[in-house]
Amino acid sequence: MAIFGDAFATALALLIGGDPQLFGIVSLSLQVSLAATLIAATIGLPIGAALALARFPGRQPIVVILNALMGLPPVVVGLVVYLLLSRAGPLGSLGLLFTPGAMIVAQTVLIAPILAALARQTLEDAWAEHCDQLRSLGATLLQSAATLLWDTRYALVTVVLAGFGRAAAEVGAVIIVGGNIAGVTRTMTTAIALETSKGDLGLALALGIVLLAVVLAVNAAASGLKNLSVRRYG
Amino acid sequence: MASILPLELVHVRLAIGDTLIADDFTLTLAAGAPTIVVGANGAGKSTLLRLCHGLAAPSAGTIAWARDPKGHQAMVFQRPSMLRRSALANVAYGLKLRGVPRGVRTEIARDRLRRVGLEAIAERPARVLSGGEQARVALARAWALDPQILFLDEPTANLDPAATRALEDILGDMAEEGTKIVMTTHNLGQARRLGADIVFLHRGRVIEHAPVERFFKSPGTPEAAAYLAGELPW
Repeated sequence: MAIFGDAFATALALLIGGDPQLFGIVSLSLQVSLAATLIAATIGLPIGAALALARFPGRQPIVVILNALMGLPPVVVGLVVYLLLSRAGPLGSLGLLFTPGAMIVAQTVLIAPILAALARQTLEDAWAEHCDQLRSLGATLLQSAATLLWDTRYALVTVVLAGFGRAAAEVGAVIIVGGNIAGVTRTMTTAIALETSKGDLGLALALGIVLLAVVLAVNAAASGLKNLSVRRYG
Repeated sequence: MASILPLELVHVRLAIGDTLIADDFTLTLAAGAPTIVVGANGAGKSTLLRLCHGLAAPSAGTIAWARDPKGHQAMVFQRPSMLRRSALANVAYGLKLRGVPRGVRTEIARDRLRRVGLEAIAERPARVLSGGEQARVALARAWALDPQILFLDEPTANLDPAATRALEDILGDMAEEGTKIVMTTHNLGQARRLGADIVFLHRGRVIEHAPVERFFKSPGTPEAAAYLAGELPW
């Protein structure tokens, strides 16, 4: 088990040493996953709100499908996005394949359903609580959706974090559409996969620890913000 | 401003699936002093208010106002639902929906909070207020809309005697200023204190509508007599 101790030491040394290569990898990982989370939230939260508030035929099957999509395997997403973006694919002319842009697209596709499904549940509960009051005050469905998105903002922070965690942790999609090119599309997870296959388990584990530390820091910041606000607004 | 009253209900029925919620509501609500709706649990008191307010659509029968009531009626629910924002912002919210400019709506909201005695806690988050305070915020929120008619569904059901009294005083003020109050209650003392006329519901039907003195002295139906005999007249 000495490998864990060594890995911690290596991880610490990498972090403290300010290794520029590591910094590049961490920064790309964060940029890609944060961008994907932002785009997925912009798409997913309104979809969740629409499903929570509106009643239309076919709503129930859509909710079931959306919930199922939360378990979408990253490699499948990677493969589909790869086919769409490859030279011969319908979006090939964009020239996105093997760029960070492709990785953002893949992670967005992966986590948008998660954000939509979890937001739908949160907003449906809020709608049950406020529906009569909002209708009584004359709020339109659109106004109600906007009000409830804002009113459930702290719960939605957790929803968005779940999406970010999924994006930051996945390897299957980014490795297919990004190609794990050093200095261009190499992220924390693809680097870990590479070092593992090269047999440098210590470095792989050290990178894993760094990844965990980064994700932990993002989560701690968000939950600190949330607790502060919950204490303030109940 | 032209009055939206009287409100006339003629043979209003409401069935949800196989369940008959309202059997026959035939009733005229005229402008003037408060009307109190009484009856046993399940008699249809809340349903009557929801139908009048437009939150439920009748299965049969007609609900007719003297003119379009849109924007001229408000309702206070038994359990006030507060948004995660300050008491002041909750009161101003209904005006915001109507596009009232920020400065004006804040001024109105502050005035209504003052009149329900909550000026000091205007900036406090509404959801952490006590039940009695939330009930008054809910009343201020409805009042901010300057409704011609205000429906209240057992607004004092969960309040202690002091908070109940405070709410009754505010309602008395509103009634004097010309707002038609229509309120359900189980508290017959309250019905006597506030009401000018009583609507008695029994199993989804309006079976008596009489001036308050006559209703309590000599109820016109055996059902009303039995109801009065069974309730503690405090």
